[in-house]
Amino acid sequence: MNGSGRDARDAIFENIRSSLRRDALDTVAAAALDLRIAHAPRHTRPALRDDLVTQLVEKFQARGGSVASLARLDELPAMVSSYLAENDLPGRIALAEPLSGLAWPAHIERRSDAAGRGDLVAVSVCIMGIAETGSLLFCSGPDSPTTHNFVPDHHIVVLRRGDIVRHLEDAWAQLRQRDGGMPRAVNIVSGPSRTGDIEQTIQLGAHGPRRVHVLMCD
Amino acid sequence: MRMESARFKQASVVALHDMNLRTALARSRDGFIGGRQRAIDQVPEFEQLREDAKRIKDHVLENLDHYLMRYEEAVTASGGHVHFARDADEARAIVLDICRQANAKTITKGKSMVSEEIGLNDALTGAGMEVVETDLGEYIIQLAGETPSHIVGPALHKTREQVTELFAAHHRLPPKETVATLVAEARSTLRDKFFRADVGITGANFLIAETGSSLIVTNEGNGDLTQTLSRVHIVTSGVERVLPNLDDVAVFLRLLARSATGQDTETYTTLSTGPRHVGDPDGPEAYHVVLVDNGRSKMLGGEFRDMLRCIRCGACLNHCPVYGSIGGHAYGWVYPGPMGSVLTPLMQGLDGAYDLPNACTLNGRCQSVCPVKIPLPQMLRELRHMQHRARLAPVAQHYALAIWRYVAAHPKLYHFGNACAARVLALLGGRRKRIGTLPFARSWTSVRDLPAPQGRTFMEQWPRREKS
Repeated sequence: MNGSGRDARDAIFENIRSSLRRDALDTVAAAALDLRIAHAPRHTRPALRDDLVTQLVEKFQARGGSVASLARLDELPAMVSSYLAENDLPGRIALAEPLSGLAWPAHIERRSDAAGRGDLVAVSVCIMGIAETGSLLFCSGPDSPTTHNFVPDHHIVVLRRGDIVRHLEDAWAQLRQRDGGMPRAVNIVSGPSRTGDIEQTIQLGAHGPRRVHVLMCD
Repeated sequence: MRMESARFKQASVVALHDMNLRTALARSRDGFIGGRQRAIDQVPEFEQLREDAKRIKDHVLENLDHYLMRYEEAVTASGGHVHFARDADEARAIVLDICRQANAKTITKGKSMVSEEIGLNDALTGAGMEVVETDLGEYIIQLAGETPSHIVGPALHKTREQVTELFAAHHRLPPKETVATLVAEARSTLRDKFFRADVGITGANFLIAETGSSLIVTNEGNGDLTQTLSRVHIVTSGVERVLPNLDDVAVFLRLLARSATGQDTETYTTLSTGPRHVGDPDGPEAYHVVLVDNGRSKMLGGEFRDMLRCIRCGACLNHCPVYGSIGGHAYGWVYPGPMGSVLTPLMQGLDGAYDLPNACTLNGRCQSVCPVKIPLPQMLRELRHMQHRARLAPVAQHYALAIWRYVAAHPKLYHFGNACAARVLALLGGRRKRIGTLPFARSWTSVRDLPAPQGRTFMEQWPRREKS
């Protein structure tokens, strides 16, 4: 921060304190607030049904997402293969690195770096589902490039039923336990991209994926 | 952007006669009000959430300096940069400087009301950079050379036919008629810009002290493409947006989506923390947050502190009968409707925005739907007091009020005046008992008759009835 930046910062803090009619907090008060930053009190959480899988599926479908079951993870290549055929898509996918060890057919070209303009399909693993909102949570990193969530037209996502948490707060609790702290981006995705900006008519596929297809497995 | 709130009355008259606008407003109002109601009906805890949110925000504002400081430290620890701007000029200069340092030619933008507030686009294009708004609504009004008319749906005043014409004129492609084909055309046009962009600018719905993250919610995914595909991500935000802990954010997310668009959640909720990590295959190389004061620290000290709880959901606009009749542009600046009628005079000066607080009918719907319980009508009343004390009201109104106050404080004089008026008006009403035209009240009588009183005031009639 340069000299004038420092001036602006100091002036703003001074104005804030003058409006609050006090000086900077003493160490006792500051320590109490630091504790408040680390641990929030328990706020209101909406009551949900007990069956988190059904809750997530219904919410997700209500927002235009589709859901299917995957009996075993090694069935994924066949499922993706038929998805590509059904939707008349080219044999090329942006694939999450952790899935690259599966037995993929030779006619599907795969890449695990950032998705680009030519990528119409991404196949990802989401690290968590959130039942409350029917959402999928992704953490950016080598195993989950952010571009895979937004650039392709079709996003196929593997979600383990055991990774579904109840409320947003439960998702945050898991994030806090991750190694290496917060990822650069946490993306919470609740269905396909949509817009209501023309005459409030809901239209799917605004800028992000037109379709988000979840494959549930155990 | 230039403030034109002084032309509120003229602009309102024009708006009231704009049939396209009235159609668009009626449609969006019904959609927003019904959608919000259906969404909150499914959450019996909604009222508790409002109370929680109010309590959290009040606590944050009371300790804003400390939370801002901790937020700044957390951003820095994650490899990001925090910049402070006292006003719009400083904020523009900071963003411009970052863009120049990055040698930026193309800049994509997610929706940010703060960037509108500081007039960022003009500054960037003035410096020779290409600025592309990527939220569909913002993109439409950018093509039209207009400003947002609604803080959530910036182009709600536009009909589909108008969007068809705009796209056909700017994209040089055959005109698209349906919403689906219009959206598809915007998607393919903007895709190219996302990939070409050097800098991506977004707003922030919330800033989190615990993690040093900024959070945005969008439905289109434009904010995410904006910040993921550019080399530099700049966040513009007001200083009041900080929250202590992620759990606090959850409360506001539950309120925001339902209040703004009648959804349980928006499609994308994104937490951004610093620049790309070592080994990350994508994401920006640099992450900057520009925190804008622009009158907020001053607001913190007076009777308008509650206004800093605002989360920009737009529910007060959607439920305001005045906004519903004239739309957002008549308000003449960035923030329209009830929240804008409070913010505009406070940020831009009491005199230039004289009509805004006075246009309110004080019906109270805005306060009753506000997710953070801001007493908007009370604030608008207070602004009227301030205008009166500053002698900003028209001279005639100032004296008329002074005379009325004197008369009202002297009951005998008041009753005498009333009795005279009742007799004169009854006489004017004639046999029809209706008054077709009345001096000093032409704006009433030009469109409807004034029913004439009976000739005796209530206070005169009451004792007689008591006797009989």
